[in-house]
Amino acid sequence: MRFSSENIARNVFFLCTIAGAVVISSILLFMIALGLPLFKESSFFSVWTGPWDPYQGLYGILPMIIGTLWIALPATVLALPLSLGTAFVITILGGSRLRKILGVLVRFMTGIPTVVYGFVGIFLLVPLIREGFGGAGMCVLAASIVLAILISPTMILFFSDSLTSVNPVDVRAAKALGADRVQRLLYVILPKAFGGMTSGFILAMGRALGDTLIALMLAGNAIRAPRGVLEPARTLTAHIALVKAADFNSLEFRSIFACGIALYLFTTTAVVAVRFMDYKRSVVQ
Amino acid sequence: MHAVAEKAVVVFSWAMTIVLCLCVSIFLGYLLIHGLPSLGRDLIFGAADPLRVLLGRARVFDGLFPAIMGTLFLVILSASLAVPVGVCSGIYLAEYAGAGMKKFSGLLFDILAGIPSIVIGLFGFSLAVFLHNHLDNRFGPCLLISSLSLAVLVLPYIVRSTQTSLEELPDGIRRTAIALGANKLQNIAYVLIPNALSGISSGIILAIGRCAEDTAVILLTGVVAVAGVPSSLLSQYEALPFYIYYISNQYTNPGELSGGYGACLILLGVCAFLFMSAYGVKKHLSHRTLYRA
Repeated sequence: MRFSSENIARNVFFLCTIAGAVVISSILLFMIALGLPLFKESSFFSVWTGPWDPYQGLYGILPMIIGTLWIALPATVLALPLSLGTAFVITILGGSRLRKILGVLVRFMTGIPTVVYGFVGIFLLVPLIREGFGGAGMCVLAASIVLAILISPTMILFFSDSLTSVNPVDVRAAKALGADRVQRLLYVILPKAFGGMTSGFILAMGRALGDTLIALMLAGNAIRAPRGVLEPARTLTAHIALVKAADFNSLEFRSIFACGIALYLFTTTAVVAVRFMDYKRSVVQ
Repeated sequence: MHAVAEKAVVVFSWAMTIVLCLCVSIFLGYLLIHGLPSLGRDLIFGAADPLRVLLGRARVFDGLFPAIMGTLFLVILSASLAVPVGVCSGIYLAEYAGAGMKKFSGLLFDILAGIPSIVIGLFGFSLAVFLHNHLDNRFGPCLLISSLSLAVLVLPYIVRSTQTSLEELPDGIRRTAIALGANKLQNIAYVLIPNALSGISSGIILAIGRCAEDTAVILLTGVVAVAGVPSSLLSQYEALPFYIYYISNQYTNPGELSGGYGACLILLGVCAFLFMSAYGVKKHLSHRTLYRA
């Protein structure tokens, strides 16, 4: 009985789950193990907060952290109104035919490869910025704009999901009291959907922080904290992609593992925060 | 005062929708204008004879054929690694796991889904170096390592879509076979999985789309600009997304650039088709499975 097909299958299923869990933890362990020499050489904190100056033996990743924020935050700030407006139209304001078309459009956008966005960004947007604002064109602004378009569909889908999942009883009650579509949206649906929309916003921001190709192709990749949107910047992700394995044991190379750990922590925090918020919401309801 | 704000919201929403549609149409229009003329036999096979190339008798030096084959191999390999593991753990989580295990592993797979793809690429790269130093020095960044990393990248999609589509099944379906005397495994294999098939397969299609599209993972794990059609699992290879990236900063003449536009159109067509058919197979696909950096 112990070797029945039932038991074997159950164990196979279980092993697969464990394998997935092991992989997730080993990703972090691998990076900590390989980044360790860097933390030993310079102090633990100076890796995160120090400047980047290989000639002085300084391998702080602060410029890359700042660069990441300079690109990801404007991108989310740009994507927010874009997604909010479109989600309103998709869920409430638009006619049924338009809603369908927009739904298909947004889903189509999720399928556009990142590298294709980057390619069009280089040959369409960068020359425009170069002519309009001067400079090299490869800058924070270019990357943020393209990144905003890239993360909008994620945000729109999450927003419209939360907006449509509001209890219809509440909506109908408001309708019976004479509230028109916009009033129902603003005073009934939006407050109820706010929690779910915040989750979507955070997850989209996580996507912006973790994207590699857009920043790599459009942001210019200078290792220097940018002071304006027209300056080039290098993100943590682009730094990982750019440091090529000249010497595996060099500290410069080890710095990419610090970047990996930082990204892992950023995105994990976002995921845990969203989970926590979802949990609290489910308790309240 | 409220009336003005309400009007403003309507105007704002429509304006934003129009801006978004404009962005997408400019993007697509630009790509089509520049890419369509280059599409054709020459783009893929260059000067070589397509029939001889497909039979493996000739090599393509100035076309996309090796890159397309590289991407195809990548997709097949990573899907064959990720699908069995992902579906099995999805089944375990939906049908066997207790509440605590479900919560814990749900969090783990959420975290995995959130890890930026470049970090998974870095993991694959470290794995290659580790194997090179400790096991056999023939190991290095290669097709196998890339497929392995891509499999890790798309694992959460498959686990999640399998789990949710099994959990969504109504109790009526769930209990009938059991009542007729089937055991749990028979119930899963003959009743639950066939009924959840649309959800499971849409997850798999999405995963395949991701494998075809991702550039960051393969950037670190063995893709190169010129390699020909991959000959073994341990060889380096070309891939379509990397070709696009490479052309964007290394192109030397207008011909190469228009090849880049052509490659963009092909990749866009393939990925958009895969994503749309994933939505077509299952209408209410959870958006959480989409979340991926």
